[in-house]
Amino acid sequence: MTQIKKVVKVGIADLNIAKSPDVIRTSGLGSCVGVVVYDLNEQIAGMSHIMLPDSQLTKQTSMNAYKYADTAIDVLIEKLLAQHARKLFLKAKIAGGAQMFQMNSTSDVMRIGPRNVDAVMERLKRHQIPIVASDVGGSNGRTIEFDPSTGELHIRTVSKDEKII
Amino acid sequence: MAKKLTTIQKDVLREIGNIGAGNATTSMSQMIQKEITMEVPSVNIVTINEMMELIGGPEKLIVAIFFRIQGEITGTVYFILSLEEAQFFIDQMTQMNQLKLMDENNHLNEMAMSILQEIANILTGSYLTALADFTDLHMLPSVPYISVDMAAATLVTGLLELQTVTDHAIIINTKIQSMTTEDSIKGHFLLVPDPDSIQKFFHALGIE
Repeated sequence: MTQIKKVVKVGIADLNIAKSPDVIRTSGLGSCVGVVVYDLNEQIAGMSHIMLPDSQLTKQTSMNAYKYADTAIDVLIEKLLAQHARKLFLKAKIAGGAQMFQMNSTSDVMRIGPRNVDAVMERLKRHQIPIVASDVGGSNGRTIEFDPSTGELHIRTVSKDEKII
Repeated sequence: MAKKLTTIQKDVLREIGNIGAGNATTSMSQMIQKEITMEVPSVNIVTINEMMELIGGPEKLIVAIFFRIQGEITGTVYFILSLEEAQFFIDQMTQMNQLKLMDENNHLNEMAMSILQEIANILTGSYLTALADFTDLHMLPSVPYISVDMAAATLVTGLLELQTVTDHAIIINTKIQSMTTEDSIKGHFLLVPDPDSIQKFFHALGIE
């Protein structure tokens, strides 16, 4: 019997796991960063849509761990390992971190894209997960879709054709 | 932040949207010499993902101009248009059909962008002025920030400060449209006050 391919969706400040033949997608990454961590042998991938760089920024008593780079990546890896991904084989691909608005302001909030990218790279490094491909920066929104069976990350923007990394 | 508002609190926030957008609508009518109407504002407490659904989904291509508000009230105000509506505005303002916001290759025109920024500046200015007069609270818009892209990509930036405080935002959404059917403009004004400012609005208007 052929399995039906589903699209697992990841919202903003959200994360999820998908196994082949399903694919996993998040829409409209601006300054947010989409992080895919996957084990190609097991054909399993986790995707996180990260909004802010550091959980230290929170002023909430019960915060959403999926919102911040440091906490979200920790949870993502935990969930993957719980579903039999093997830590040694994990690889990452990342996209997003754009600066959506042209501005002179040097305020931290407005530079959030690059800060998110730095935070994500730092956290992945701490977990010793190599980033094998990335498409970050610029000033365009991105929708990304990852296929755990091929390891391909499809990136779509408003102004350009789809690209695959 | 409370996840529920009382009926009277909702009414007050709706009235805030009414007064602000009412004034902005008048400015807009004068600017394009056409009659503009507005709908009764809706007040919703939503997560950021629910907010995207209000606009038409995270991938919807929109023209968003946003302002951070500073002063006694802080928050974010968005003026949101579809591409066609934004183009209609540009045509009305320039009195010629040469200036295209987006060309065949999906490249944006700087001049058209700056016209939209200026329109939003005037409209948001009149929105906030009416609000400041009504509540006797001081509020000042930042310079306009414009982006033409997917809704999720553009709207998140104005909410980042709020997002460190809460997962929910109170959104006062007013839809506006022109009376004439054939060339209709529809736009959204979204006012998203920071959580502290909601209390200030209630206090200024005599409810707690």
